[in-house]
Amino acid sequence: MTWVLSHLNYVAVIVVMMTGLFIVFSTSNLIKRMIGLAVFQTATGLFFISLAKVSGGTAAIRIGADGPAAKALAQQLDPDYVAQHGVDGVVYSNPLPHVLILTAIVVGVATLAVGLAIAVRIRESYATIESDEIAAQDRAGAREAGSAS
Amino acid sequence: MIAGLDLNLAMELVLLGMLVVLAGAIAYTRKLLAAVVLMGVYSLVSTVWLVLMDAPDVAFTEAVVGAGVSTIVLLGAMLLARGESEKHGQARMIAPALLAVGVGGVLVYAALGLPDFGNPSSPANAYVGRAYLEQATSHTGAANVVTAVLASYRGFDTLGETAVIFAAGVGVALLLGFVERSPGRLSASAEEHHVVLRVTAKLLIPVIALYAFYVQFHGEISPGGGFQAGVILAVAVILHALAFGLGETMKALPAGLVRGCAALGVLVYAGLGVVSIANGGGFLDYDHLLPRDIEAQIPAWLLGPGNHHWGQFAGIFGIELGVLLTVAATMVTLFYSFAGRAASTVRGVRR
Repeated sequence: MTWVLSHLNYVAVIVVMMTGLFIVFSTSNLIKRMIGLAVFQTATGLFFISLAKVSGGTAAIRIGADGPAAKALAQQLDPDYVAQHGVDGVVYSNPLPHVLILTAIVVGVATLAVGLAIAVRIRESYATIESDEIAAQDRAGAREAGSAS
Repeated sequence: MIAGLDLNLAMELVLLGMLVVLAGAIAYTRKLLAAVVLMGVYSLVSTVWLVLMDAPDVAFTEAVVGAGVSTIVLLGAMLLARGESEKHGQARMIAPALLAVGVGGVLVYAALGLPDFGNPSSPANAYVGRAYLEQATSHTGAANVVTAVLASYRGFDTLGETAVIFAAGVGVALLLGFVERSPGRLSASAEEHHVVLRVTAKLLIPVIALYAFYVQFHGEISPGGGFQAGVILAVAVILHALAFGLGETMKALPAGLVRGCAALGVLVYAGLGVVSIANGGGFLDYDHLLPRDIEAQIPAWLLGPGNHHWGQFAGIFGIELGVLLTVAATMVTLFYSFAGRAASTVRGVRR
């Protein structure tokens, strides 16, 4: 049971991630595809943050070990555990993945906007955002060009 | 298990379950509007989950970006593309489903070999992360280790990310056209009077802007920093545009000026790196940012006892300011581009 619990987190995040992948491949609507990509990307972030969690840890903002907040945290934990894994008497979660995902989220919205802008331009040229209709129009255009020459 | 943690674990798993359901609902629904709104809810739920994961900085970013700006951008694109729903039925479901299940199976198999969730001595948590926790505050003087790593240790990386955001803003502006040059511009919603909305917005905008600066300048000691503050500042501008019409906002804050600010932010950031080279350090090596004789003149009490990192302080402050400028200006540019195009296209259709 504990074996299941200790990895359930990763499995759930992978399910979300694969749902995103499924959306990207199953739909022909370009905007829905961008939403699928966003789900996939967010899930990648969730996975990184999952790995960074430390049991009994707190946010990676250094607080003095003598303060009331640090004491309240330490009370819930085994002193040996704090001594072994804490930094100056307080257990923190790993800050490095937080840094990576924080910037990735902002970059994610910027690139999402670029993809959507391209979708909007495609809509203006083809009057549709369904990728198979766009492909059909392209094939029809190529056939006309072939018969003309 | 350690006492008191089980409740957290249970809550965290319930939230993850909600995320799974929401992702499934996004995949299931055929209505684009529903998918966009569900995406916003998904971001909001993941924000709460991130707080439980001790990642308040990330939660902050996800709240303003995921639930705020990206929903606005998606709605704008939806309006422009007039995509109400997808057209296809069940035909293309089987191959993607098999692919997702196959890839997911491989990933789950790999994930089962990972260290337990929350393991403090897993390789990810034991080496670099721990070293940052032990040393970051004494190296940089910033209590928030996330900010210290983001702005100082990995400053070069963050410069790259800022440049990507700037490039994306320029890309969207090029794809959708410069708003101020679009024909028949922009008083689309100005003639409609939403009194309640306007009064509320008038009260809210200064508070939101003030809060953005609070988040900006407290980034070293509490969750926050340039990225979050930039998006919050942009939200204040977007709220103004929603309540008073895009035309009014663009009179107060011209699109050209905003794009200039986006470029200026990257310039400030990279410029600080060049200054530290000129003063004898490496690129973005803040310990050499200020010349030694100037640093010696600064009285020690200004930074508080035991803190002698004037270079680090100035460096982090400066690059966070650059990040703020670029992120805020880029988010406003994204909104201007989508909203400006919407205003001119909707008009074109009406006439």
